[in-house]
Amino acid sequence: MHMLGYPAHFGQLECLKLIASQKFTDKRIGYLGAMLLLDERQDVHLLMTNCIKNDLNHSTQYVQGLALCTLGCMGSSEMCRDLAGEVEKLLKTSNSYLRKKAALCAVHVIRKVPELMEMFLPATKNLLSEKNHGVLHTSVVLLTEMCERSPDMLAHFRKLVPQLVRILKNLIMSGYSPEHDVSGISDPFLQVRILRLLRILGRSDDDSSEAMNDILAQVATNTETSKNVGNAILYETVLTIMDIKSESGLRVLAINILGRFLLNNDKNIRYVALTSLLKTVQTDHNAVQRHRSTIVDCLKDLDVSIKRRAMELSFALVNGNNVRGMMKELLYFLDSCDPEFKADCASGVFLSAEKYAPSKRWHIDTIMRVLTTAGSYVRDDSVPNLIQLITNSVEMHAYTVQRLYKALLDDISQQPLVQVASWCIGEYGDLLVSGQCEEEEPIQVTEDEVLDVLEGLLASNLSTPVTRGYSLTAIMKLSTRFSGVNRIKKVVSIYGSSIDVELQQRAVEYNALFKKYDHMRPALLERMPIMEKTATNGPTEIVQTNGEMEPSAVEAKHPPPVSQPTSPANDLLDLLSGNDVVPVIQTTLPSKPASAGGDLLELLGDISLGGGPAPTPAPAPAPAVSSTQPAFLLDGLTSQPLFNDIAPAGIPPMTAYNKNGLKIDFTFERANPNPNIAVITIHASNSTEADMTDFVFQAAVPKTFQLQLLSPSSNIVPALNQGSVTQVIRVLNPQKQQLRMRIKLTYTLKGSPVQDLAEVNNFPPQSWQ
Amino acid sequence: MMRFLLLFSRQGKLRLQKWFTPISEREKKKIIRDMTNMVLARQPRSCNFLDWKDLKIIYKRYASLYFCLAIENQENELLALEIIHRYVELLDKYFGNVCELDIIFNFEKAYFILDEFIIGGEVQETSKQIVNRSIEASDMLQEDDSSEWYEVELFG
Repeated sequence: MHMLGYPAHFGQLECLKLIASQKFTDKRIGYLGAMLLLDERQDVHLLMTNCIKNDLNHSTQYVQGLALCTLGCMGSSEMCRDLAGEVEKLLKTSNSYLRKKAALCAVHVIRKVPELMEMFLPATKNLLSEKNHGVLHTSVVLLTEMCERSPDMLAHFRKLVPQLVRILKNLIMSGYSPEHDVSGISDPFLQVRILRLLRILGRSDDDSSEAMNDILAQVATNTETSKNVGNAILYETVLTIMDIKSESGLRVLAINILGRFLLNNDKNIRYVALTSLLKTVQTDHNAVQRHRSTIVDCLKDLDVSIKRRAMELSFALVNGNNVRGMMKELLYFLDSCDPEFKADCASGVFLSAEKYAPSKRWHIDTIMRVLTTAGSYVRDDSVPNLIQLITNSVEMHAYTVQRLYKALLDDISQQPLVQVASWCIGEYGDLLVSGQCEEEEPIQVTEDEVLDVLEGLLASNLSTPVTRGYSLTAIMKLSTRFSGVNRIKKVVSIYGSSIDVELQQRAVEYNALFKKYDHMRPALLERMPIMEKTATNGPTEIVQTNGEMEPSAVEAKHPPPVSQPTSPANDLLDLLSGNDVVPVIQTTLPSKPASAGGDLLELLGDISLGGGPAPTPAPAPAPAVSSTQPAFLLDGLTSQPLFNDIAPAGIPPMTAYNKNGLKIDFTFERANPNPNIAVITIHASNSTEADMTDFVFQAAVPKTFQLQLLSPSSNIVPALNQGSVTQVIRVLNPQKQQLRMRIKLTYTLKGSPVQDLAEVNNFPPQSWQ
Repeated sequence: MMRFLLLFSRQGKLRLQKWFTPISEREKKKIIRDMTNMVLARQPRSCNFLDWKDLKIIYKRYASLYFCLAIENQENELLALEIIHRYVELLDKYFGNVCELDIIFNFEKAYFILDEFIIGGEVQETSKQIVNRSIEASDMLQEDDSSEWYEVELFG
């Protein structure tokens, strides 16, 4: 406690001294000082307790009043516990001056120490039979507080509903009472409080609600609405009607009152109406729809609070029928509103558009409009969402890319728009240049113009690093779609020495793609597959249809558990850390085959191909290319194992072993862009008459290779080719040497164990090049 | 219930503060600063309600003073406006054409009147006459502050 910088704690003790004095003046000032300076955080607070106790029993009611007031404003829980008894006593006194103060003091005690509520219950018995409005008012407050805090009390006090209704009725019907009149209405404070208590009492109770129906209707129709008081009462009535189990006629009446409020000139009333409508829109949607046009007009109001409420309410009112009209209004609002609204409005528009879009084209148009007007305020995940939406609407590709291109020509400052646009141009640049578009006038764009725009993005100051990354990748993708590759090569090599590390890495990798891996380029830069979204806001699941662009490390969620592939794929995952990346499931390989393979390797010492390990090439361009995909691709990786329905990419299968009825076929997959990993699936089939049980397949490879064996589908090979056992082998072949393998097979046929070794040399060249 | 009531001038000087919940000094200062900034920045013809944290702020301007009341979310805003108006009326009746100077020089009286009208964040008396009579009686007690007390009957 300081005054003008000097400690003034002496003031607190003076207050205590004043309170203890006998003179009324001193007490008055002392209590005032106490209320201002001695709140319960102060140490000397408790010292007041005794004084207050004495004063509560003082002969002068004003002193008692002072004590009650102080206790009721800032008594701590200890004080309340000590003095609750005194308060309760005073609650029963016949002196109305003290009674009303005691009631509010009791409210404070209950707020501080809820356990003491029962203590005040007997005193409440005849509180409502008082004539004095002050006591009535404070009693209603006390009852309200008790009912709110305890369901038992609530049930107990339900029987008071008829009494309350009667009091309210008297208030309305009685003539002019000079003492309590406010602009022609009799004691509005009491009326509102009673209405509120009725609301709490009638909330889930049919009988009580039934008993109040009449009086509510009466209040709603008879109250004067010219002044604020009348509207205050009407407002409370409407809230009560909406909350209890009222009959439908009454509810319609309530909504109509709110509709009338909306048309009122007074801004406060409009604000209040919008707030209540927002509360009721869930339950009485149709009734609120009727007032839609008024609500939309409120969007144009100058007042900030009203605009915000109107915006929230408008979003709540959007449904399939009115979505086009509403969106038009809301987009217009987005154009002209203050920055503080733009973010919320943009998110709201996206959500509504997603739920109720009448057509894909409309959806894309709407999103584009939002991006062009409020681009810097949209949420971060809107870019991937939009990209995903565009990819999925296949027929709209040409139209979309054309519109985005035109938008880019106008303005490159809105980053989300620029990112989406550059991604689309990268993907669908060929459609753009070919000029085919059914929906709109096709524009004539040459490849050079497109590249100009993209290079402009790269060089511009307005572009963030993320945007630059997008545009560089887009340029790269165009190398397969456009014919003029030299220009692209030049751009890519220039950025190989860029200061931005991210750009530099990408450029270097793309460069490498041009030089050493040119044969891979078309496959790598192919069109993106269609992505499926399972939930609006949840992690996206990907169904892998075309394995070209997927990262090499896809984790399965349930067995067979996929082990962590080797390091280049690791880097890939790190690069692509999205929001909901499934933590990599590290499982140890079933150790037996691996060690068995190791044993085999030792035994087969002559397999070593010699030669020092060549320096491994830079993590292939593949990670870089994949990393341009929007991060959400990795969110929630699919549970499907990598190898199920992936196109073999043209490597012919081969038979590795065929002896004694057991045939082992190898099929190859290039499921991953990493050309060093060959994924081989073995299919073991049995043409004998008996099943082969305990079938174990083991493999060994030369030292320069690395091998991973995943769990087999089963270890029984059914007879007569009725089924097959499959198992996946991954071979890492960094040095691109010819793939060789030794396999060992063990199984039990007709009770006798069989073991065999074989060497597999006839791997097709494509599997290891 | 009401959480706090603040009165401040057009220049942002605080004239009256009443807190109905225990709050630390530092919090109080912060709240005062926030309120004055928010309310003084409002356009003249905008609505009198603001949202702030989880409370509703009702403010009204009377001559050179802003009355700023914070209520909880389930309270009736329009009624809060009436409460502010009633308080101003009580002050007016007591001081006779109250102005800001009256409140500056007789701030303790303003607090006394407030305490007769509101306790613990709730209205205690809805009748103007009764409140006025109590204040007058207390004042008389103060004047007659010799060693003798005498009872003052309150009618009604």
